Amino acid sequence: MAYRFDFAPVFEQTGLLLSGAGFTLALTAVGAVLGIGLGVTGAVCRAWKLRPFDRLFGVYVEAIRNTPFLVQLFFIFFGLPALGVRMSEWQAAVLAMVINLGAYSTEIIRAGIQATPRGQIEAAESLALTRPQIFRHVVLRPALAKVWPALTSQVIIVMLGSAVCSQIATEELTFAANFIQSRNFRAFETYFVTTALYFAMALLIRQLLVQLGQRYVVGRTR
Amino acid sequence: MLVQFSTWDIVRNLLDAGKWTLALSLIAFVLGGIVGLAILFARIADNRVLQAATKAYIEIFQGTPLLMQLFIVFFGLSLVGIDVSPWLAAAAGLTLFTSAYLAEIWRGCVEAVPKGQWEASATLALTYPQQMRHVILPQALRIAIAPTVGFSVQVVKGTAVTSIIGFAELTKTGSMLANATFEPFLVFGLVAAGYFALCYPLSLYAKSLERKFHVAR
Amino acid sequence: MSLVKIAGLHKHFGTNHVLKGIDLEVASGDVVALIGRSGSGKSTLLRTINGLETTDKGELVVDGTALHDGKGDLRALRQKVGMVFQQFNLFPHLTAGQNVMLAPTVVKGTPKAEAQDIAKEVLLKVGLSDKFDSYPDQLSGGQQQRVAIARALAMRPKVLLCDEITSALDPELVSEVLAVVRQLAAEGMTLIMVTHEMRFAREVGNKLIFMHHGRIHESGDPKTVFADPQTPELANFVGAVQPA
Ligand SMILES: Nc1ncnc2c1ncn2[C@@H]1O[C@H](COP(=O)(O)OP(=O)(O)OP(=O)(O)O)[C@@H](O)[C@H]1O
Ligand SMILES: [Mg+2]
Repeated sequence: MAYRFDFAPVFEQTGLLLSGAGFTLALTAVGAVLGIGLGVTGAVCRAWKLRPFDRLFGVYVEAIRNTPFLVQLFFIFFGLPALGVRMSEWQAAVLAMVINLGAYSTEIIRAGIQATPRGQIEAAESLALTRPQIFRHVVLRPALAKVWPALTSQVIIVMLGSAVCSQIATEELTFAANFIQSRNFRAFETYFVTTALYFAMALLIRQLLVQLGQRYVVGRTR
Repeated sequence: MLVQFSTWDIVRNLLDAGKWTLALSLIAFVLGGIVGLAILFARIADNRVLQAATKAYIEIFQGTPLLMQLFIVFFGLSLVGIDVSPWLAAAAGLTLFTSAYLAEIWRGCVEAVPKGQWEASATLALTYPQQMRHVILPQALRIAIAPTVGFSVQVVKGTAVTSIIGFAELTKTGSMLANATFEPFLVFGLVAAGYFALCYPLSLYAKSLERKFHVAR
Repeated sequence: MSLVKIAGLHKHFGTNHVLKGIDLEVASGDVVALIGRSGSGKSTLLRTINGLETTDKGELVVDGTALHDGKGDLRALRQKVGMVFQQFNLFPHLTAGQNVMLAPTVVKGTPKAEAQDIAKEVLLKVGLSDKFDSYPDQLSGGQQQRVAIARALAMRPKVLLCDEITSALDPELVSEVLAVVRQLAAEGMTLIMVTHEMRFAREVGNKLIFMHHGRIHESGDPKTVFADPQTPELANFVGAVQPA
């Protein structure tokens, strides 16, 4: 007997799904801001060889990039309490996302910073800009502009990866989906709709970051 | 049921589970590579429909969570009457995931072959398949090695997500051990170390290949 | 009878009308030099002759193989028309010998041994018989360009197209490539070449074509055309390129 698809029980729960999606987006927003901030810090330490932070960030980047996000999440949520660091599932999810994105964006932004032509800095020095001014206007902004597409992709990867946060009961989109399918026994339909939601969110974030990038990072000149 | 776990018991169990992680990674990488090659050829074929279909395939897999892909394969296969074990769903899901990413990476490599190579071979009256086989692919292959090795790291890490559909690989086993031993810090630390031991050499190898390639150019 | 016949050829890039009705006949053994300002359409015209650029309207016939309004048997055309590029475009993963052998074996199905003989013959002709097993990155620019010429010759083309084939070379390497072209011309090869080497065009060419804004603005025997330009544009161009 052929299976009869029935999406009605899923759409009955649209409200739950949308609020889950909202929480996923909120998680991503916080994770992205803090993660990229951490990435800028790490990139500066790495690019300018600020001892001992450059080494520390180097170890951190390799540790994060060579282990799964899910394991990082479990380590933070289940492992750290053993050291007396206790946190809610939301805090753990955000922390894991920040740490994860921070490592990738450290590498991405560092590549951008190191591509700054020497002459640009010399030109700025000759115009008597201070070091912080040079860093902000001549190094960081062009670097961010250059790597913005890569950062955008990485933020999306982190957003999609956050689906596993449902495993520590963070009540984001996948958590909502798990809950719904456990009630309506329509697992395939539920996850299908959820997948479509994630896809739409990925498109949305890309659009948003492209717009933001054009307005605030790349600037109007290009 | 074991009441007391020594550290050695934990390590032994994790090493056992690590074999499954390794096996799944290899299978997904090899099968994903084969499927990915087929997707690649369709993606760069001289056929609009194939191009559009494979572009959508790639965008869907790159635009949705691996976890959802695994759920859909798991529940989808059981809908069509296939009795799915977590093992089968994990292998199938991860294969599809890998194929999409590899196809996209390889497409980039094909496009990185300079336009002059296409023109020169066209001028010599080679057909499209002949151009591909004799001129473009041999060069794309060389470009592709480093990013392909680099992506294998993502595959290994991706296997961790299969723990959620119940496949007893390293992460799943780690979760069970953490519950049983009440030593989550130690267990997840060891689990992370296990992944690191698998991934870090691959990362280093990818980086050295990349460096060699840039020197060679 | 002419070997290459072009009639009423038009080409647009989007709204940019690049070739505005080209009529041209090239006889067997002709050496045609195409000159003109940057953007006048020289490369585009050359590239349409072996179908690297499609055309919108007009007729192109090479040795009986025809394209009407851009449609026809491209591969048959390309087997009759060889091309050498400014940037050489040798296949970097193949040796010089393999570069030359590829098209005969793959396109024409020539047996390997025979293709090897052909490769040796054409490499000898361009003075590189000792570089059979060298990879392109082991050769100088001039040597690479000579291999590219040999690669085109191995297909026994009826006509050879050359697009500024010395422009990417260091000055001291230009003459070795021109010497090869000169020799080909002397042997009766039909050549159509875009060139900035005016002296070479005058010495080797028997037909000069001055392109201007997508049209053939003036043409004729190089010696007379150079000595006595009929249009102010050509006079201007010749004066600018080669102050007498
Ligand atoms: N692939 C293309 N797409 C769009 N426009 C093109 C393309 N190739 C050439 N053009 C345009 O067609 C016109 C003629 O170009 P073409 O390359 O034939 O000039 P040319 O005479 O060979 O110039 P040069 O001496 O600089 O090589 C130019 O305006 C150029 O911008
Ligand atoms: Mg040109």
